Amino acid sequence: MSAHEENTTPLEYQTEDAQMNILGFWIFLAAEMALFGTLFATYAVLFGRTADAPAPMELFEPGTTLVMTLILLTSSFTCGIAVHEMRRGARKSMMTWLTITLALGLSFLGFEIYEFYHYASEGASLQSSAYWSAFFILAGTHGVHVTFGIGWMILLLMQLAQRGITSITSRKIFIIGLYWHFLDVIWIFIFTGVYLIGMVV
Amino acid sequence: MGLDEFFVTGEPLIYAGMVAITLVSGAIIFLLTYFKKWKWLWREWLTTVDHKRIGIMYILSALAMLFRAGSDALMMRTQLAFPDMNFLNAQHYNEIFTTHGTIMIFFMAMPFLIGLMNIVVPQQIGARDFAFPYLNALSFWSFFFGAMLFNVSFVIGGAPDAGWTSYTPLAGDIMSQGPGQNFYLLALQLSGIGTLATGINLMVTILKMRAPGMTLFKMPIFTWSTFITMFIIVFAFPILTIALALMTIDRIFGSHFFTLAGEGLPMMWANLFWMWGHPEVYIVILPAFGIFSEVIATFARKRLFGYTVMVWSIILIAGLSFLVWVHHFFTMGAGAFVNSIFSVTTMAIAIPTGVKIFNWLATLYKSRIRTTTAMMWALAFIPSFTIGGITGVMLGMAAADYQFHNSYFLIAHFHYVLIAGTVFGCFAGLVYWYPKMFGHKLNERIGKWAFWLFVIGFHICFLPQYFLGLDGMPRRVFHIVPEWFNLNVISTIGAFGMGLGFAVFVYNIYYSYRYSEREQTGDPWDGRTLEWATPTPVPEYNFAVVPHVKEHDAYWDMKQKGETIYDESKVEPIHMPNSTGQPFIMSAIMFFASFALVFEWIWLAVAGLVTILVTMGIRSFDYDEGRHIDVEEIKQTERSARGL
Repeated sequence: MSAHEENTTPLEYQTEDAQMNILGFWIFLAAEMALFGTLFATYAVLFGRTADAPAPMELFEPGTTLVMTLILLTSSFTCGIAVHEMRRGARKSMMTWLTITLALGLSFLGFEIYEFYHYASEGASLQSSAYWSAFFILAGTHGVHVTFGIGWMILLLMQLAQRGITSITSRKIFIIGLYWHFLDVIWIFIFTGVYLIGMVV
Repeated sequence: MGLDEFFVTGEPLIYAGMVAITLVSGAIIFLLTYFKKWKWLWREWLTTVDHKRIGIMYILSALAMLFRAGSDALMMRTQLAFPDMNFLNAQHYNEIFTTHGTIMIFFMAMPFLIGLMNIVVPQQIGARDFAFPYLNALSFWSFFFGAMLFNVSFVIGGAPDAGWTSYTPLAGDIMSQGPGQNFYLLALQLSGIGTLATGINLMVTILKMRAPGMTLFKMPIFTWSTFITMFIIVFAFPILTIALALMTIDRIFGSHFFTLAGEGLPMMWANLFWMWGHPEVYIVILPAFGIFSEVIATFARKRLFGYTVMVWSIILIAGLSFLVWVHHFFTMGAGAFVNSIFSVTTMAIAIPTGVKIFNWLATLYKSRIRTTTAMMWALAFIPSFTIGGITGVMLGMAAADYQFHNSYFLIAHFHYVLIAGTVFGCFAGLVYWYPKMFGHKLNERIGKWAFWLFVIGFHICFLPQYFLGLDGMPRRVFHIVPEWFNLNVISTIGAFGMGLGFAVFVYNIYYSYRYSEREQTGDPWDGRTLEWATPTPVPEYNFAVVPHVKEHDAYWDMKQKGETIYDESKVEPIHMPNSTGQPFIMSAIMFFASFALVFEWIWLAVAGLVTILVTMGIRSFDYDEGRHIDVEEIKQTERSARGL
């Protein structure tokens, strides 16, 4: 009975320490929800307060943001495959899928930097108006999170190369998976709440 | 930037402060060197991850901050004692009331309570440490360096002067130039990181590390109040993080969240600040409720009356705490409908709070009360806090608030709840758990002197302020008119009484260290909960054998049945984390990065940030899995601690 149970528990959950780490990370994500919730609320309140700067409708490009959304959604999918491969114990394939995730995250960032640069050259920057301050800080905070996640993932890839799949590395990978999916969820809200609404209203 | 801009000049009081800081730091360095204690300091304290030691460091820092912000209070009361006093000028007065409020809330009340939680919660639930001991050390050091960053402001750069609420546009870069306001923003940000981490840490600890048999509704009430407080922290502190970050970006990078230009909304700050700030009020009061419940049950020798109801009322108060923030600015034009909603939610909080008051009274009813010092603080809390609570309901009536707001009536109200609730609670908790922390009781006779001086001083200080408020004395003024003279001078006398009480309290720590009888049993008060089951001094692993809990008030139950928790035959090797200097070093780097950002030395701040990221990366490669304490060592420790 107990042997059977051990077999069905995923590797990342097998030690008590790891269970506590994962629970702690879920609570951290709850705090992150409050954090982004505050930023969304700020954005909503300052919506339309563009002063002399261009309106979002004039600048937002449906094409770019759609591509960004697809890239990030795909990266969440590839990250999921990586965790799946980890549970199969296939280190190489898992590292490949993580690297793909990493590359997708980087290209997302590239688009975002291009986008910010483009808006700034059209006269909409952090300093232009309350609306644009809120926009840049909301989207920028998400971008900073993605950047942080990329750096973190690189460190984890190095650790995987050194140590292989252990109860500790698997816990770390599982947690960064949670983080990465969370960023995806936040982006869905930014895509709909900021870009889609901003293009219409 | 010249040195004369870097250091604050021109104020005799601040020169005295500089001299005092230099002398005290010099004396500390001299003593540490003379007694060759540097290595001891580093190995035993600065690098520790033991929750009990971290808790003691929290409490020591909080007492130091109570001294600093208390001195601010006495300076204010001196200035307000007589009409047209010229002890402080307007600018200096603004700085002092700002730092008094900020330090008391962030660097005194919260760390004091978190310190007590650190020491007590793992022991109450039968755990050996926090879920994340490393993170716990990081939390402490980020709080500590945040507090230091805030405190250097009055000699370097200039103290913030826009009030502890820092309302925009006053706190914006146009009306508050210079580094003062930046100190406020970055110091709170730095210590806020630690608070959030503590929130996560304690939640996981309480959820995952309880002794076998301890279901949620068998947890001691202080652990319950801690758990709910941590919920509030996890959901409220990110709001503060964002609010502080947005104002920092406004001030340093020229964005327009709270400005008058660029269609920014200064009222956004008031909303964000109080969406965090009101829950914060309950972050500092709910743990105090928990302490009083423990103290009253112990010294009334009765099970806490209505335990389940007590728990649910804490939960209800925590939920409501998020729904009342607008009552802090009823007069700022939200309109009658919005004000009515928030008026009703505000008054609703009085219901679960009242339930708790009646439960404490019912616990005392027909009990055999032992009037120890800790119990006296708890008994004084009940009527004093009730006065504060009832005047709070008066303020909660939106229409009436137009009369009371920004007057000394409000000042009296929140000091009545914060001092009679939180400060009495901290003192009660410190006296109560002192033997667990240091192995001897505080002297009861001197403790009662401190108690009476402080409590009588408190009422003499703040009761007159209700009437001053009704007489129309506004807050934040630095001169009084002759009509307000009598009550103000009485209030000032009371303030000095409290100061004297605090001094006696601190003297008691010294006196008891020298002369108090050493504690042998580990259970000096005939306690009810598991923290009294450990011997004194508490071994670093707390429990040699993890206890099995069957009843609420687990230790009381065991004592009634004649059971002990220590069974030498059941000892197994215990896994403990290693000490590490990383949390201290990381927080020190954050201190320097924040200091650079205060003065807007952007490149230095960026360099600091990069260093922090690098240290985090290094930490990621750290697979330190701790060490095991072997059975023989445990047996020896237990034998000597238990006098076997």
